[in-house]
Amino acid sequence: MNLERRDFLKILSTGAATATGLSTLQARTVKSLPPNAKGILYDATLCIGCRSCEVACKRINNMPPDVASPLEKEHEVCCIWDTGDLSETTLNKIQAYRNGTGETKDQIVDGYGFIKRACMHCIDPDCVSACPVSALQKQPDSGIVTYNKDACIGCRYCQIACPYNIPKFEFDKAFPEIIKCQMCSHLQAEGGIPGCCEFCPTGASVFGDVTELIKEAKNRLSLSENSTYSYPVETMNGQKQLKKVKKYINYIYGENESGGTQYLILSAIPFEKLGLPTLPKSSAAVKSETIQHTAYKGMIAPIVLLGGLLFAAHRSVKDHHEEGGQQ
Amino acid sequence: MSTYKPLGGKIWTKPFIFMSTIAFIALYLLGKRFIFGLGEVTNLSHGYPWGMWIVYDVLVGTAIGCGGYAMALLVYVLNKGQFHPLVRPAIMTSMFGYTLAGVSIFVDVGRYWQLYNVFLPWYANLNSIMFEVAFCVATYVLVLWIEFTPVFLEKWKPILIPKLNKIIFIFVAIGVLLPTMHQSSLGTLMVIAGDKVSNLWQTGWLPVTFLLSSILIGFGMVIFESFYSSLAFKRPLETKLLAQLAKFVAWVLAAYTLFRYGDLIWRGALGNAFAGDLNGWMFILESLLFIVPLVLLFMESQRTNAKILLYSAVMLVLGGALLRFNTFLIGFNPGDGWHYFPSISEILITLGIISIEIMAYLVFVKKLPVLPDVENA
Repeated sequence: MNLERRDFLKILSTGAATATGLSTLQARTVKSLPPNAKGILYDATLCIGCRSCEVACKRINNMPPDVASPLEKEHEVCCIWDTGDLSETTLNKIQAYRNGTGETKDQIVDGYGFIKRACMHCIDPDCVSACPVSALQKQPDSGIVTYNKDACIGCRYCQIACPYNIPKFEFDKAFPEIIKCQMCSHLQAEGGIPGCCEFCPTGASVFGDVTELIKEAKNRLSLSENSTYSYPVETMNGQKQLKKVKKYINYIYGENESGGTQYLILSAIPFEKLGLPTLPKSSAAVKSETIQHTAYKGMIAPIVLLGGLLFAAHRSVKDHHEEGGQQ
Repeated sequence: MSTYKPLGGKIWTKPFIFMSTIAFIALYLLGKRFIFGLGEVTNLSHGYPWGMWIVYDVLVGTAIGCGGYAMALLVYVLNKGQFHPLVRPAIMTSMFGYTLAGVSIFVDVGRYWQLYNVFLPWYANLNSIMFEVAFCVATYVLVLWIEFTPVFLEKWKPILIPKLNKIIFIFVAIGVLLPTMHQSSLGTLMVIAGDKVSNLWQTGWLPVTFLLSSILIGFGMVIFESFYSSLAFKRPLETKLLAQLAKFVAWVLAAYTLFRYGDLIWRGALGNAFAGDLNGWMFILESLLFIVPLVLLFMESQRTNAKILLYSAVMLVLGGALLRFNTFLIGFNPGDGWHYFPSISEILITLGIISIEIMAYLVFVKKLPVLPDVENA
C-alpha cells in the first residue's frame, strides 16, 4: 500500500484519517480506455469544409461568433466565416490546408484539405493530471474530459500541460472560465449526440463507442483507393452514404498520441501538414507523476527528512543558546 | 553571539517616495486588472498563459526568498553557529519574498475568489504538481512569519521569548522541509509541458536543478544583502564571514553544475547550445552566470576579495533567475506562432511589487531589531 505524500497532506488538512482509496493508490502507469468510452471519428477525406459543425457547436453551447457582419447576424449565418483558431468562444474549428493552385481535394501538391480541431479527450489527459483542484476530470465511464468552473482557480496550468493547446481562458473577463469542448455531454446525458456529428452532412464526423470507431477506422484504412464504401453518417449505426474511397495515410491519428485519444482522425494529407503535433506514445503526465510519486512514495522520505531536521534544529538551537546568543 | 537592534533613521527618504509612487501606479493598474480581466493589462495569450508575473514574481521571487532556507540549512542543520548573525535578515527577506509571491498568485490566477479550493480536500488533486506547490508555498509563508515572530516579540512582548525559543526548532525544521519540497516541485511543474520546452531545459532532473539553484540564489541574496546593508547604512563589511560562507556555496554550486551539465551531456542536448538561436545564446549566458562564480569561489584568493565575492553572488542570483525565465518562458514554445513579451502594465505591476518589498525591508530594518548590533558584534 502506498500512502502518497499529497494524500498525507490531505489527511493532515482535514484531520480525517479515513481518506478513501488509500490502498488503491499506486505508482503511475499508463491509463487505459474507460469501459464505455465515447468518441468521434473525423475523416478528413469526407469533410467538405461546410462548417455546419461549427455553427451547430456555437448554437448548442451558446457561443457568440468571433467575427460577424450585421448582414450575417441578420441571417444567423454569422459564425460560418469565423477564421483562425480555437478560442474562448470557439470549441471546434475547421481549418484548411492549401498548397499551390489548390485545385484538387486531398492532394498534397496543388491541393487542399480540411481538419477539424477540438478537444481530443485524451485517454490519459495531461490537463487532468495538471489541474490542482480537479476542475478538469476524466469521466470514469464515458471518458469525456469535463470542466467544473466551481472548482477552477484559473491558474491556467491546463493550458501549459495540454499538448494540443486546447483549453482556452477568458482573458477579457473579470470572472473568467476555462473553455473547452466537453463532447456535448449535456446532450449525451439525454441520449443525444455531439452537435458536430449530428449536423455533419457527409459523415466526416461520426459519434460512437471508441472501440467501434477504431475498428471502423482500421477497416477504412484497409480499403483500396477508388473502391466504393458505405460510410455511416452522424453515428456508427446511422444512415449510410455510398462514396468512393480516397487514398488514406495509413495511420489513425489519436490511436497512440500521448497515450491515445477518444477523438480519432483519418486523412489523406499528412497530419503534421494539418497542424497536428507529433507526440510520443506516452503522456507527459506519466513522467511528471512518476517523478513526484517516486520522491514521495509513502511519505517516507519527507517524514524521515523532517525527523532528521527536527533533531538537527533542536540540537543547533540549544547549542546556540548555550553559547549565550538569542534566537 | 550576536544581538540585534533597529537601525533607526528617517523613513520618508527620497528613494522611498519614488518607490511609493511606483507602488501607487501598480495599484491603479491592478484595479484595471480586477475590473476588466487579465487581458486588459497583460500580453498573456492561450499559447503563453504564464508570463512575467508567474516567472518573475512567483518563481524568481520565491527563489530570492530562499535566503532564509539556505541559511537555516547551514546554521541549524549543519550547525554552523558562526553564521548566526546572517540568519535574521535572511528570514526577513524570505518572509517578504514569499508573501509577495503569494500576493502575485492572487493577482495572476483568474478565479482568485476560489483560490481556497486548493485547501478543500474534496477538490485536491494529488497527482497535480501545482497542488503540491500551492499547498507548500502557502504553508511556508505561515511558517516564515512564525520564524520571524521573535523580532516582533523583542519589540513588543519580550516576556514570551523564552517560551517561543523552546518550540522554535519545530518551525525551523518545517521551514527547511517545505522549501525542499516546493522549490524542487516548482521545477517539476514544467515536466508535463513535454516538448513545448526546449530540451536545453526539459528534463526529468528539473526538480534537482531547481532545488539546488534555489539554494544558490538564496546564498547569493544573503551575501548581496549583507553588502547592501553595509554600504547603505554605513556598517562595517562582513567580508570574512561571507568568505567562509562562500566556501559552502562553492560546493553546492559544484553539485549543481554536475547535475545540470551531466544531464545535458547524457541526453545529448548540449549541441543545441550552439544552434545560434535565442535559446542557444540564453543557455550560454545562463551557463556563464553559474560557471564564472564556480571558478571564482573555489579560489581562496578570490572569494576573500569583497568585490569578487559580491559579483559572484550577483551572478548566481541572475543565473538562477535566468534558468527560471529560460525554462518557463524563453525555452517554452507552444507552437502555432504564439509570441509573448510582457506589456508595460505587467512590468509596472512587477516593479510596484518589488518597490513594496524594498520599502517593507527598509521600514523593518529601521524600526525592528533585524540587523546585528554592530558595537556588540
